[in-house]
Amino acid sequence: MRDVAIVAFSQTDHRRSTEELSEVEMLMPVLHEVLEQTGLRTGDIGFTCSGSSDYLAGRAFSFTMALDGVGAWPPISESHVEMDGAWALYEAWVKLLTGEADTALVYSYGKSSPGPVRDVLTRQLDPYYLAPLWPDSVALAALQAQALIDAGEADEPALAAIAARSRSDAAGNPHAQLRGPRDQGEYLVRPLRTGDCPPIGDGAAGVVLAAGDKARELCERPAWIRGMDHRIEAHSLGVRDLTDSPSTRLAAERAGAFERPVDTAELHAPFTSQEVVLRKALDLDERVRVNPSGGALAANPVMAAGLIRLGEAAAAVHRGESERALAHATSGPCLQQNLVAVLEGEPHVG
Amino acid sequence: MPSTPAPEVLRAPLVVEFPFTRSLGPVQSAFLTGLRERTVLGVKTSGGRVLVPPVEYDPETAEEIRDLVEVEATGTVTTWAWNPEPRPAQPLTTPFAWVMVRLDGADTALLHALDAPGPDAVRTGMRVRVRWAAERTGAITDIACFEPHDGAAGPDHDGAPHHSGEFADPVTRVVAPARLDYTYTPGRAQARFINALAGQRITGERCPSCRKVYVPPRGACPTCGVATSEQVEVGPRGTVTTYCIVNIKAKNLDIEVPYVYAHIALDGADLALHARIGGIPYDQVRMGLRVEPVWSEGGRHPDHYRPTGEPDADYDTYKELL
Repeated sequence: MRDVAIVAFSQTDHRRSTEELSEVEMLMPVLHEVLEQTGLRTGDIGFTCSGSSDYLAGRAFSFTMALDGVGAWPPISESHVEMDGAWALYEAWVKLLTGEADTALVYSYGKSSPGPVRDVLTRQLDPYYLAPLWPDSVALAALQAQALIDAGEADEPALAAIAARSRSDAAGNPHAQLRGPRDQGEYLVRPLRTGDCPPIGDGAAGVVLAAGDKARELCERPAWIRGMDHRIEAHSLGVRDLTDSPSTRLAAERAGAFERPVDTAELHAPFTSQEVVLRKALDLDERVRVNPSGGALAANPVMAAGLIRLGEAAAAVHRGESERALAHATSGPCLQQNLVAVLEGEPHVG
Repeated sequence: MPSTPAPEVLRAPLVVEFPFTRSLGPVQSAFLTGLRERTVLGVKTSGGRVLVPPVEYDPETAEEIRDLVEVEATGTVTTWAWNPEPRPAQPLTTPFAWVMVRLDGADTALLHALDAPGPDAVRTGMRVRVRWAAERTGAITDIACFEPHDGAAGPDHDGAPHHSGEFADPVTRVVAPARLDYTYTPGRAQARFINALAGQRITGERCPSCRKVYVPPRGACPTCGVATSEQVEVGPRGTVTTYCIVNIKAKNLDIEVPYVYAHIALDGADLALHARIGGIPYDQVRMGLRVEPVWSEGGRHPDHYRPTGEPDADYDTYKELL
């Protein structure tokens, strides 16, 4: 197997609304910046993969417009996932592992500002038993939070502490939407208060992957992907133990996360209660720095927030701040689908 | 260079509305028909677990399961969340609790709404019962909601009785209407285009790298992947590069069929746009036909294009734009 690394990462400043920009106008600066970091031009890229959702824009095939931003003519090798960009990165990783390409550009974007995102996300639910009831994303997360409280694994002050730590850490992240401490606010859906929930906003992210020597050429300290895996839970919420995430644990195991301790973890936990579930599933203790970027509680551009976790973890390796980092992305209600990657840096030589 | 103020952001309502029609498998059909008849069915796995709501495949083994059993319309809350501000189309319009309910006789929980006076009246472990909708059609909403119930759980549920799942006039499909309301904003490049159209001018934008002029502009050159910003007035005349004859009338469209829809390369543009051709019999439209826009009274974009009467354009002048 070839070694594949994340060699560059870029993201927008995430904002409540980018109504003055189209998707491609929001995305293009990110694409230019991430390519500039490597010195590659669009024509040099072996494979391009993106993640987004038509339901956010309310328009069919909305991702094809964004393709204008990558210079898709003459024809390029390209793919798209109707998911968070973390899964686009997974597809690109496989493409590089198979030797079909040496470099890949992965990007994702989401504008939640045009529509009612809590309601929009109900359309991803089972259409027979759930979608007709319109249980919104906060309501479903709140059911999971109450299950944790009932099980004695969290209480409201503990959740508030996660919110406070995340927003305080985000003060050092110029891209974050909520920077610095916030009031926990009123109940949105009890037991979750405004502070337990992610901000609604628009944003985009881009990552460049490269294999072997190409990665060393493009980046002083590549973030080598040591393993990556994704797993899902049973479809029906009522079948699952909402206080646990066996799919995250299994994905982490398959990605090699438990072979040696990690020093940093970027967890895609849009709700405070989900961090509790993920910490348990991943067996993370207080020695691990969790979400030094502020995480999804500080900026949650839907469809990009998971890719950003991979990008932030890689950037920590690039900067020499992490030797071994775990990155997690989720999709669907109550941590339905989970992806885990393990990234490592090499010691500096010379 | 004088700076111009940022133009006002254009906005328009965008409604996405669709009746999502789905066929049901045998298990879902039995369950939803059962709700119509005030009967709650579950499905039993080979391991003996009773799943409500029922599915056709065991989530643990992937084994196909069809063994239907009848469970009670009473149950126990396994977790809940108080919803102080119901959103449109949710089961109740007054504040309510979302609940997961394990019905008596079932091993798994069903998501629904609980009508309760306030969060202090709700707790995990509380007993609830189904409140049936007055009019039932064979859908999950046939359960209007749950309501508090003071009866204790019945005896051990191992004896949940077998049910054939057969009903007269079974429900075989569900229609799930969905409506989402968006506010569409077109972005900078398309806003510039739309603002120019308001003055009956058609503008493209030139790529700073390859110099091609795109119309309508989308903000990026698809060849170079860079932003376009230099506005270029194109047309108003243009050449039909290719076309099709539309024979099927679209819903809510008052244009008589057959009519011609064409790609039109406006003079000065490097990309053809598409529009309807009028003012000429449909079977006389041809490649190379020279056309010009026709603006309707108060129209915000050309209603259609019509022949200018000029001689047809040479193939060589537009072959690159096909």
